[in-house]
Amino acid sequence: MTLYWEEEIETLPRIGLESVQLTRLKHLVARVYKTVKPYREKMDAAGVKPEDIQSLADLVKLPFTVKEDLRDNYPFGLFTVPMDQVVRVHASSGTTGKPTVVGYTKKDLKTWSGLMARALTCAGATSKDMIHNAYGYGLFTGGLGAHYGIERLGATVIPVSGGNTKRQITIMQDFKSSVLLATPSYALNLAETMETLGVDPKSLSLRVGVFGAEPWSDNMRDEVERKLNIKAVDIYGLSEVMGPGVSMQCLEGKTGMHIFEDHFLPEIIDPDTGEVLPPGEKGELVFTTLTKEAFPIIRYRTRDISRLIYDTCECGRTLVRMEKVTGRTDDMLIIRGVNVFPSQIEHVLMGTEGVEPHYQIVVNRVGNMDTMDVEVEVSEDIFSDEIKVLEKLGNRIRADIKDMLGVTCKVKLVEPKTIQRSDGKAQRVIDNRKL
Amino acid sequence: MRVEQIAVFLENKSGRLAEITAALAAENINIRALSVADTADFGILRLIVDNVEKAKATLKRNKFTVGITNVIAVEVADKTGGLAGVLKTIEEEKLNVEYMYAFVNNSGENAVLIFRFDDMDKAIESLQRTGYTILSGEQICAL
Ligand SMILES: [Zn+2]
Repeated sequence: MTLYWEEEIETLPRIGLESVQLTRLKHLVARVYKTVKPYREKMDAAGVKPEDIQSLADLVKLPFTVKEDLRDNYPFGLFTVPMDQVVRVHASSGTTGKPTVVGYTKKDLKTWSGLMARALTCAGATSKDMIHNAYGYGLFTGGLGAHYGIERLGATVIPVSGGNTKRQITIMQDFKSSVLLATPSYALNLAETMETLGVDPKSLSLRVGVFGAEPWSDNMRDEVERKLNIKAVDIYGLSEVMGPGVSMQCLEGKTGMHIFEDHFLPEIIDPDTGEVLPPGEKGELVFTTLTKEAFPIIRYRTRDISRLIYDTCECGRTLVRMEKVTGRTDDMLIIRGVNVFPSQIEHVLMGTEGVEPHYQIVVNRVGNMDTMDVEVEVSEDIFSDEIKVLEKLGNRIRADIKDMLGVTCKVKLVEPKTIQRSDGKAQRVIDNRKL
Repeated sequence: MRVEQIAVFLENKSGRLAEITAALAAENINIRALSVADTADFGILRLIVDNVEKAKATLKRNKFTVGITNVIAVEVADKTGGLAGVLKTIEEEKLNVEYMYAFVNNSGENAVLIFRFDDMDKAIESLQRTGYTILSGEQICAL
């Protein structure tokens, strides 16, 4: 039998759901127009007023919000409430040096923990569970977002965060962790460490794993399920929209994640034209938040490629499902759970040498570990006839990337024109990971 | 009294050195001295040639990253103690050597030591004062 957190809203017929959405959307647009100057300016430029939103179909009249808008209004420029009402901020890496900052009111945190509890219930978790939260705690939304959802559910949270894998396994054994929350690659890391230590996953109490925050394939899912002897389900979220708990796979359904549509209004658009695509077509996922207070967002372009599935689900939920994200419209990479944009690398290289760099990012997966090599062409501007000068340059680039992006990489100096170019445009990223 | 040296960036790929010497030979450029310094990931080729401008243009045309730096060429008798004597002077004069390499002239009588110092002016002054012969680019090519 399906477990629900809020059965009425999760199984509401579409007509009822749409009426809830429209009421919330009108309220949101009016409030954002009134309180946030950048939104008001964009709407004025597009010639649209809050009262023009009379149906969900009118949503297309509103301008998109993109990551650059967040950067331009760094850090708090898109918040709709005074800072004394903001009780928490989170941040994620932006496309250039500065992070993307989001904020939450008390009510936002209550909404978020409720949605996270709803998501965990989709995965079959209850107040009886011992939930092992291996998402990173900190500015990243994963750890704390999941944490308060687990408490809200009434389950027991083990806030282990990331790292110290051996200790995590001991905790799993001794505390009898029944649900695991982690990135899929960390789950595989746990499985392999267990193998090395001779710990049989069948001797553990683990039943289900809730995995997200990085792309993973169905093959990886099979591997995680087999190696940890659990059922693996997908969770989706992004800090700009809320954090984890925007959508969630249910135990019963075969595919896709239910979008919590009473709070997030999804659209699929053609990434090139911005046109909304007919239901069922693949395109860029766009979200409008319906209930967020401190940091609502209108028509946010996620750059994630997905598809919406409107078929009825075996679990009885009427909430639309989104297919597992199959790619990006930009060239964002996720390296060991950290978002990396080639433009950030470019920014670091510019900062290091003050010249336009020719570079390429080569990503591999060695075992379960992502590796990133940054190949930099040695131009006359940065060339030296002394080995130590070039070595110092490589080391400085590596240190700067580590500082700015939080990712360790290898810097390789290469001869000019060794980097592949197609139609004169350098191919910036070579991702050899088989996902 | 400085000699122009060509430096070329090399990834450690086999065949690149041969490509460079072939490209220079095709333009009738004579290599007087050559040295490769390398690390696990890359190398730097340093060349003394008879026509620096033409060599640079040729290598650039072949898509190499090329730099020109000044070095000092010191002539010493090619016999035991020749190199030791110069090194002793360098130490006594507190000169910092960035790198050095050597070649022997055609007659085989004298060795030519190529130096890059962090303070080139001070090095020239010291070496001349202590009686060493510093060669010009033309002199090297005429050897
Ligand atoms: Zn379902």
